[in-house]
Amino acid sequence: MSETDQNEQHRLIAKAMNEGSPQAKALGFSTLEIGDGVAILKVPYRTELVGDPETGVIAGGVVTTLLDHASGQAVHAAMSHWTSIATLDLRIDYMRPAEPGKDILARAHCYKLTRSVAFVRAVAYETDPEDPIAAAQAAFMLDSSAGKKAGANLKPPGSSKPESEKKEGGQ
Amino acid sequence: MSEAQDRLVAVLGAIPYARFIGMKAELAGDEMTAILPFSPEIVGNPMLPAIHGGVLGAFMEMTALAQLSIAETLKRQPRTIDVSIEYLRSGRPLTTYARAQIKKVGRRIANVHVEAWQEQRAAPIAALRGHFLLTGAED
Repeated sequence: MSETDQNEQHRLIAKAMNEGSPQAKALGFSTLEIGDGVAILKVPYRTELVGDPETGVIAGGVVTTLLDHASGQAVHAAMSHWTSIATLDLRIDYMRPAEPGKDILARAHCYKLTRSVAFVRAVAYETDPEDPIAAAQAAFMLDSSAGKKAGANLKPPGSSKPESEKKEGGQ
Repeated sequence: MSEAQDRLVAVLGAIPYARFIGMKAELAGDEMTAILPFSPEIVGNPMLPAIHGGVLGAFMEMTALAQLSIAETLKRQPRTIDVSIEYLRSGRPLTTYARAQIKKVGRRIANVHVEAWQEQRAAPIAALRGHFLLTGAED
């Protein structure tokens, strides 16, 4: 795949993740940059997203979702082919409150890919990544939907697992 | 309504983002269960479908904040210092519950553990550990 095709593919994945994911759409996420294991996303300030009504500061949970989403896109931006991914863990340090009324950006970098796991660092900020609101460290499982079909979560647990993953004597 | 119940309703009602994701909470004595009813807007992966990991993190963080608000008399909402979230199972399109345990409350810092589950309490879908700054606790 040429570099141009690769960039186009990453942009399409970002678009699908922002518009196809109902929560990302509800929060108004957009991707400003994507490529080479890096993704920069934006969430616009809205009063419905406030966490502390006394200060008007956006909820930590919105920053959590933005960092998780940006980190996921950074993982896709580090790979040449699409694969399903799932967050294993996410650690976030909140350094300071976000400035009320301002949009928040998140820059995520997938700095290591192994066969099964991707490692990501990310920061959230208004204008300067060197003056972050929050910093995150995350690990993602790759090929997380292996053996799962679309709609797998609509069925009771266990019924969608491949035979090899089922416990002996299990359901 | 008990004083704790009043405080809980006031805290959650005052957080616009808690209303945005549709979070509720119930008290049985001093035990609080936070409730996140399923809604299509909280989905992150539409293929499975699965609840967005960020929403589960946010839900558990607010569970910790709500638990602190009913256990401690605080002038202001505590501030989150850090959270560590573990994802154990994907969040299915069902109601999610969470309970928080305050492991320690010091003069300025509280340490809180939260676990979220759906159909089976013994099969949690996610867990959170966090530190919170109790800004109004000392004056």
